[in-house]
Amino acid sequence: MPPSVRAVLVSMVLLTALAGIVYPLLILGLAQTFFPEQADGTLVRRDGRIVGSTLIGQNFDDARYFWGRPSATPPTPYNAAASSGTNLAPSNPQLAKDVAARCTALAKAHGNSLAPIPLDLVTASGSGLDPHVTVAAMLYQVDRVAAARDIDPSAVRALVERHIESPAFGFLGQRRVNVLAVNLALDAY
Amino acid sequence: MSWISLSEYLVFIAVLTAVVRPLGSYLAKVFAYESTFLDRLVAPVERIIIRLVGPAAQRPMKWREYFLAFVWFGVAGAVFVFLILKLQHLLPFYRLLGKDVLSTPMTGDLAANTAISFATTTTWQAYGGETTMSYFSQIVALASQNFLAGAAGLAVGIAFIRGITADGGGVLGNFWRDVTRAMLWVLLPLSIPGALILVWQGVPMNLHAYTAATTLQGAPQLIAQGPVAALEFIKNLGTNGGGFFNANGAHPYENPTALSNFVEMLAIVMLPAALCYTFGAMTGDRRHGWLLYWVMTLLFAVGLAGVHWAENAGNPALVRAAAPHTFAVGDTAWTGNTEGKEVRFGTSGTTLAVVATSNGATGSTAAAPDSLSPLGGGIAFFNMLLGEVTYGGLGTGLVSMILAAQLAVFIGALMIGRSPVYLGNQIGVAEMKLIALYMLIAGMVILPLTALAVMTAAGRAGLTTNSGPHGLTSIAFAYTSSFANNGQSFGGLSANSAFYNYTTSVAMLAGRFLLALPALALAGTFAERQRRGITSGSLPTDTGLFAGLLIATILLVAGLNFLPLLCLGPVAEHMLLWR
Repeated sequence: MPPSVRAVLVSMVLLTALAGIVYPLLILGLAQTFFPEQADGTLVRRDGRIVGSTLIGQNFDDARYFWGRPSATPPTPYNAAASSGTNLAPSNPQLAKDVAARCTALAKAHGNSLAPIPLDLVTASGSGLDPHVTVAAMLYQVDRVAAARDIDPSAVRALVERHIESPAFGFLGQRRVNVLAVNLALDAY
Repeated sequence: MSWISLSEYLVFIAVLTAVVRPLGSYLAKVFAYESTFLDRLVAPVERIIIRLVGPAAQRPMKWREYFLAFVWFGVAGAVFVFLILKLQHLLPFYRLLGKDVLSTPMTGDLAANTAISFATTTTWQAYGGETTMSYFSQIVALASQNFLAGAAGLAVGIAFIRGITADGGGVLGNFWRDVTRAMLWVLLPLSIPGALILVWQGVPMNLHAYTAATTLQGAPQLIAQGPVAALEFIKNLGTNGGGFFNANGAHPYENPTALSNFVEMLAIVMLPAALCYTFGAMTGDRRHGWLLYWVMTLLFAVGLAGVHWAENAGNPALVRAAAPHTFAVGDTAWTGNTEGKEVRFGTSGTTLAVVATSNGATGSTAAAPDSLSPLGGGIAFFNMLLGEVTYGGLGTGLVSMILAAQLAVFIGALMIGRSPVYLGNQIGVAEMKLIALYMLIAGMVILPLTALAVMTAAGRAGLTTNSGPHGLTSIAFAYTSSFANNGQSFGGLSANSAFYNYTTSVAMLAGRFLLALPALALAGTFAERQRRGITSGSLPTDTGLFAGLLIATILLVAGLNFLPLLCLGPVAEHMLLWR
């Protein structure tokens, strides 16, 4: 028997009400008041329609767009309602096979280039929703995107460089580019 | 190691060290019932709660009563979560998402596993949040247990310290009052600014249905939303770790920037680290409190160096398979083991998260643990096997560290022929039995359960993604994580089956309550007796020599229990990969 049924039940009810109802409502109110954009998911609108979120990657495979990282979300890549990595072990033969196939496909899409391949373009992210790639991964694709859009590669390169995000305070994270942001800028170019 | 990684690690340790003293002395005041600057705000709430809880909240408790209150509070929490989960389809906010979105069936074993998991701060998840839980379940059941179970752990840690400081009488405090104070003075006040910092960085906080977007290429994209921030900060602060989304701390909505990652990792370790100072302040032996902190921090730093090295070494299997193609190097590229990691954190942010979460009894990694390098994942595994002594779970981590220190005192004192006395408490035969029991429970739970899973078809059925040495690691990791009340998992193990839901529940319950039993019994024994003065006949516990002895003791206990397992799992996988 519990030491005091009343103590167990009353403390559970009161503290749950505090932590599970009062606190979340307080945070909801403060968040919606002070950071409404972030609180609603940092959504991106174009011509009044929601085209995605700055924080959530989306699937790009058209030659006219920069591509992001491979995504393992089920059942289709970049399913933002079912985040997931591949969960493949580094020693799993399937991982090596997948990466080799992606390298071949990527090189083929870039004029059978034998240029060194940026690793992040052939390895899946942990969430399957990574919105970023490295600077190297963007530069690798510049010529292809420029050719598909029939614009000067140096202009595309300049666009990419304008979108480089630096580590916070100079040391948190790494230099990266938000793929959706660059693609939006390309469409508006 | 590049200067940029090094500065992330060093700044983290510097910030942590800076908050240990103010936070630690604040905790000491709160649990000595002294006045603090928050009293005007929360003391009236405390009075109301104490009055309603009744006489049980006002009488001093000895260890048995304290332990029973802790157990029943956990049982009540588990029953509450179980009921909400089983009834979630009838409760508010379920229809907002509907059963097409919430496609994982809430079976009895999944609900039971999740209930036990959140009531024990394990927050092991056999489900993916965005495809299983309604907003009501996420917040009213799961987020609230993050607070309550975290507060209960903190209460037990404080009661344990009181046992060591008590001068006879056997009283450890009052559980109901300690939990209430932990909530009102510590967890809630810290979580309000904490959650807002995360929202500022991009963590959503809304009650909208999932957003239907149309991508630039014209495809539909359904983007999961929710009251994420209300769960996100306390999930770390309470050393719980159960994510709002399946990808947990790797999901951009849970951990949008490298700065949010830094803040979340700090939230995991700051209270457990500050408790070292609290311990020093309450016992009057501040030097010993700091020694425990620096021993933890040294083990933490060694973990950082190890994971950093292992993850930066890359994956030779990919280099071999990709030939004739090569991978880009240079300062614009990302080298190392990038599978399962996120670009915004890079290898150093991921390393910080792996080491903080595995040491901090928190399951929220910023990467997919399954895809870590064999030794990187192996270090996370080893950190949990050490018994979560490095910062560890809120309240419980310090208890594990103090028990290790007592074992070290016993061994050290016998080696040089002195009487084993720990901060004025004599360690005799009865005490040693409790300490030894505490140390042995881990092996007695983790190893048989792992063996059972490996030997049965139901257990092996979980290995749907990986096999070989890595498969063994993922099974052993599951039970270790459950027992350590950590909750992180190698996601490739298909753990949502009746077999894993029930067996991991056993490990979680053992890690929470079976460990608290000898710990509180020991505190009760110490509390019954007068503390003795420190004499020249006792082993000094504030010297570098003692720190070395303590580290050796921690490594020895874990090593003797688990070295074969580590060799068959991570080490074997490393050898095969780097052949």
